[in-house]
Amino acid sequence: MVDEGVTFVDFKATLAEFARRFWGPGTQVRFRPSFFPFTEPSAEVDVKRMIMREDGSEEETDWIEIMGAGMVDPAVLDNVGYDSERYTGWAFGMGPARVALLRHGVRDLRLFYENDMRFLGQFG
Amino acid sequence: MKVSYRWVRDVAPGIGLAPARAMERLALRGAPVEEVVDLAEGLCDVVIGRVLEARPHPNADRLTLCRVMGPEGEVPVVCGAPVVVEGGYYPFAPVGAVLPGGFRIGKRKIRGEVSHGMLCSERELELGDDHAGIMLLDGEYEPGVPFAPAVGLDDVRLDVEVTPNRGDLLSHVGIARELHPEGQAGIALPAFPGGTPAVAASFARGGAEAGSAGACIRIEDADLCSRYLGAVIRGVVVGPSPGWLADRLRAAGARPINNVVDATNYVMLELGQPLHAFDLARLTGATIVVGRARAGEALVTLDGEERPVTPDMLMIRDAQAPVAVAGVMGGRDSEVSGETVDILLECALFDPRQVRATRRALGMSTDASYRFERGVDPATMETALTRAVSLIVAVAGGAVEGRFIDVHPGPWEAPVVSLRPSRVRDLLGVEFTADEITALLTPLGYTVTIRGVDALEVVVPGHRSYDTLREVDLIEEVARTHGFDAFPAAMSPARPGTVPDHPLFQLEDTLRALLAADGISEAQTPALGPAAHGDVPLLNPMSREEGYLRRDRLPGLLTHVERNMARGVRDVRLFEIGIAFAPSPAVGEPPAESSRVAVVLTGRRTPPHWSAPGDPFDVYDMARVLELVAGEAYPGGRVAPAADGEMEAPYVVGRGYVLKSASGEVVGWAGEIDPAATDLPRWAGVVVGGEVVLPSSPAPRPEVTARDLPDQPAVQRDLAFLVPAETAVGKVLEAARKGAGKLLEAVEVFDLYEGGDVPVGMRSVALRLRFRARGRTLTDREVDKACRRVLRKVKEETGVEARR
Repeated sequence: MVDEGVTFVDFKATLAEFARRFWGPGTQVRFRPSFFPFTEPSAEVDVKRMIMREDGSEEETDWIEIMGAGMVDPAVLDNVGYDSERYTGWAFGMGPARVALLRHGVRDLRLFYENDMRFLGQFG
Repeated sequence: MKVSYRWVRDVAPGIGLAPARAMERLALRGAPVEEVVDLAEGLCDVVIGRVLEARPHPNADRLTLCRVMGPEGEVPVVCGAPVVVEGGYYPFAPVGAVLPGGFRIGKRKIRGEVSHGMLCSERELELGDDHAGIMLLDGEYEPGVPFAPAVGLDDVRLDVEVTPNRGDLLSHVGIARELHPEGQAGIALPAFPGGTPAVAASFARGGAEAGSAGACIRIEDADLCSRYLGAVIRGVVVGPSPGWLADRLRAAGARPINNVVDATNYVMLELGQPLHAFDLARLTGATIVVGRARAGEALVTLDGEERPVTPDMLMIRDAQAPVAVAGVMGGRDSEVSGETVDILLECALFDPRQVRATRRALGMSTDASYRFERGVDPATMETALTRAVSLIVAVAGGAVEGRFIDVHPGPWEAPVVSLRPSRVRDLLGVEFTADEITALLTPLGYTVTIRGVDALEVVVPGHRSYDTLREVDLIEEVARTHGFDAFPAAMSPARPGTVPDHPLFQLEDTLRALLAADGISEAQTPALGPAAHGDVPLLNPMSREEGYLRRDRLPGLLTHVERNMARGVRDVRLFEIGIAFAPSPAVGEPPAESSRVAVVLTGRRTPPHWSAPGDPFDVYDMARVLELVAGEAYPGGRVAPAADGEMEAPYVVGRGYVLKSASGEVVGWAGEIDPAATDLPRWAGVVVGGEVVLPSSPAPRPEVTARDLPDQPAVQRDLAFLVPAETAVGKVLEAARKGAGKLLEAVEVFDLYEGGDVPVGMRSVALRLRFRARGRTLTDREVDKACRRVLRKVKEETGVEARR
């Protein structure tokens, strides 16, 4: 998201709102400083939520890293012809499998790549 | 970076955080801890035992009978090691103790002698792999005291994940700087146990060359080595390190080697500056030359490998030959050994890119190269050299001769970066005053000066001089130190985006929904496959099975049919939308990519039910799926039986179908998969599959223009043909359509019959043709004429005769 007046506060707010809409209002979100070549400041975003087990009990997850993100590095904007003094923005990258895993309580990431009909059929 | 938490607290005494809090603080400052190891874990029952007497076991060759002073006084112990030092201190597990692996020590009789415990090896305590002998401890201890605290193992080791921009965190001081409430100001290097010998730091300096104490250092390629410090220490006695030093290295995950090497590693782990000790006697001409390698040179490095070097690598050379790969690894011939008496200690600064390129070319990575690649603090070099010299003298003896040598082509200057508080606000969305910014940056070692209303001047410390060189880098430091969590998360109004998705993405989404609604599950398969499945090889494949970019998506999907069947799943319906790769159209161009839809069906078409047997899928199901895709991707396109040579799908047997775009180009195909092309169980049924190349920029679907409903009746005629088995019925249909002309409204196959009075090898195929004219009623004559044209055209094009 790139525009005039886009700040780190917008960045945090939007991604936290996404997390709460996607995983439920009780989802906790944590932003940790990190490093990516195209963003500055850079962050890794962790979420923590309650998941329902098959037996109906609830369990709190650990912090789970869901994406890398950050404010677009001004050099990136300048390189594609935007005036980085005027425009700012933020960006993120998220692996869909990891996100789905967290949402659906999938135990093993590999299930997403095995294409077993009995697994895929659960989402049909 | 493996960190001993006790060491971190030693270099910055004000850190009061418990390890768990320290981990959280590091994570929130950008250096998450991947693993925490409690070094004393499982060792609480182990004590220090002193062997008072050791003699051979009377009934066994390899056993030793000892009297051990432990927590309960003297006890007899049978030891499995043939050599036990009388008077030596060992880790001792008395009766009742449980070892890290869960093994409980009991009173046992071994070959007739009672043993009241066990003297332990490193491996039994899970401290190392050394199983050869029991672990003789350095120094003197009170017999019976707990083992772990006595040897400094009441510590936790943190494995800190360090991002590539933070070379400054590759030392205990660097980690402590992030943890101490006052940051840099809280760092106070501790004295060495047993004393810190005073070292007079006096330098013999030169721009390209300098010397002292009979040794000489010269830098030939100043672009790759910006500074080289050396010190000559004569009269060292190389041997094992004292216990505290070995323990400290082990706590940080490093292996003790000898006192001189351990001292250099200690300073590297403490301050982040890699150091190397050369055996001065092995340096021809007592000379160090730093320069690019010469053609044909080679070097045997410390690990015993002969390394061929190329002229773009930076070498440390003596008067004759290379003695080290600069910043990567020293040479075997000049390494410090038991015979070493005089050493030359190197403390240098090498270009990060140079070290990275060299160590990659040599296929190796070392603690030194890891640090040089990420940037070593240019401002700490003299401190590091002085501290290393002092530690070597403390643990290996000897004395400094002459002055330290400093070859320094150009002085290092701290970068100065301008910072506008207004820009901090614009980017971070929160107002920070100049004073607040100063308070946030100063503990990290930055020096901030106010230069105007909206102008700060920031002097960057050496340890951050590689990655904070722009205003935005400092703004990140402000945000990081303030704490990302301390920023509000308030949504502000935003303009919604007005750019629609690319038409291809829209088409893919439509197809995804369409095929899923048809009961086919979406699969994801790798874009990589074996050589047989692709034409574009990878430069660095991870495996032979994934060495090529796929030319089609279907073969990847078929492997997942195999996988399902291997697990006993017989009904498999999968589709995938993904990229296929063809060789570059011209030299220097990237491979040609196309988006594909692949589908595979096998098993029952409908779930089993008493009312119907549940027929298996066949090729006509695939033709229908092709039509489904064509309807979205190729308006005006047609699915038809494949003519000879029209289908280039090597995995298909029998007659298939092709999808032709409105312009007549073959853009998709479907058919029965050749069992020889797959590895399926014998019970597997027919597998059908197909693939469509999606248009790179799909045209929008044409708008529907409604036609008036016919107000005249239709005329229907049935025609039967004797069609040989090898002739496609589709061809007959096609010919019939052509022959019937404009009056034909629809034609369909309504009956298919074999056997009875139909000759063997033939089928009776009955077509129902419906004719209608706009605005008038058709006459029988017109329809008869059209039917005769159909018979003629079918005979002409396919040779098929009508059935009499």
